[in-house]
This record gives sequence, C-alpha cells and structure tokens, in this order.
Amino acid sequence: MKILYFAWLREKVGVPYEEKDVKAVTVKDLIQELVEVDEKYAIAFSDLKSIRVAVDQKLVQDFATSIKNAKEIAFFPPMTGG
Amino acid sequence: MLLEKKSCELSVSVQEVDFDLTSEINSIKKGNKNFGGLASFLGQVRYSEDSDKELVYLELEHYPVMTEREIISICNDAKGKWKLHAIRVIHRVGKLVPGDNIVLVLVASSHRKEAFNGAEFIMDFLKSRVPIWKKEHYRDNSSWVKSKKSDEELLHRW
Repeated sequence: MKILYFAWLREKVGVPYEEKDVKAVTVKDLIQELVEVDEKYAIAFSDLKSIRVAVDQKLVQDFATSIKNAKEIAFFPPMTGG
Repeated sequence: MLLEKKSCELSVSVQEVDFDLTSEINSIKKGNKNFGGLASFLGQVRYSEDSDKELVYLELEHYPVMTEREIISICNDAKGKWKLHAIRVIHRVGKLVPGDNIVLVLVASSHRKEAFNGAEFIMDFLKSRVPIWKKEHYRDNSSWVKSKKSDEELLHRW
C-alpha cells in the first residue's frame, strides 16, 4: 500500500510517501500501526483533530473507514487552497 | 416545452506557470458566443502587512491528480446548482512571490446572479476542500498557513 504525507505531516514523517505492507483494515488501525513502528509517526499523528485522510484520493470523514483493497492512503493537514 | 439542454464548458488547470486574465476571457468568449455575463475572481499573493515579518515567498504544495479531480467535482456541483455556460479554473502551485497570481475563477452564464454565485461557490470550496497547502517563507523562518474556521463555516451557506 502506498502511504502519502503532505505539508507538515510530510515534514514530520520525513518522506513524501512510502510503500508498506500493512495489517490494518481501517484508517484508525493504520495510524495505530504506524505509531507503534516509530516515534516520528507518534509525533506526526499526535493531534488527530488536525489530520485529514484521503483513501484512493477520496476524502473520508470517518477514521473507521475501511482501507481494505485501497491502493493509496494520504494523510494531510486541513487544506488551505484558493 | 423543454428547453434545449446546453452543456457547460469546463476547464481546470493546476500549474506552476502564470496565466493571463484577458486571454482566458477571450478563450471563453470564442467558445461561448451567447453568455450574458462573466464573473471573474483573481487571487494574488498578499504583501506582508507587518514590516517586521516580510514574506519572501509562498510555497504551494498539492496532491497531484486529486487536486484536479476535486476542483472538477466542485465545478460540477456548481453546474448542478446554476445554469452556467462556461467555467475556467486555474490554480497555481510551487513558489510564488508577493504580487504573483495564485488563482483564477471565471464563470460565464446568461445572467449575472448565476455567474457571481457560481464563482463564489467555487472559491469557497477551493479554500478548504482542495488538497493544496500553503507555507509562508519569511527571512528567518517559515510556517504552514493554518486553515480558518471562518472558511469552513462559509461552506454551510451553500
């Protein structure tokens, strides 16, 4: 699975994306799985309220959303376009 | 009697290069001879208001493909709400200095109300629903622009 990070999340994790084999079946599980791997994820994901998620490039509101069969998960802060 | 359903011409670009307002308007005029009004919104990088904190440049990061897809989806929502003849959206990414153009929204319709509404709707959603992030670079430091609660609240009016 491809996991992408943008803006300050990318800076905290240290890479724009990574390929990982994950056991997680929901967004929430995935965050937990990452946090257990390395402290940099714990720091990046310390405030879940300021984190947005896209599963296969679709924004999801609920962290309980399934990521089964997903190819790409992106984590990023609230968007500031325009 | 059913009116003939006219399709709305839609064009979206996410690009590093600058754009020219007049040529974008002329291109809409060429393809749509019969609109009554065109509303345009041009956003540019603001100069610092605080002289101690001089903005050197603004960096815009985005999520390629998803950015274009989200803008197109917003424009399609606008097309569903108002009778629009043409929509053109250009959003720049990369490094931009104060005074540089950031965003252009052009909406053509038969009447002004639809054109104004369409442009405002698209701008409101561009602010907080499109995966773009801004980082401000000052002389000695830099910081990510925080999303505004007021921008999020504006979406409820639609």
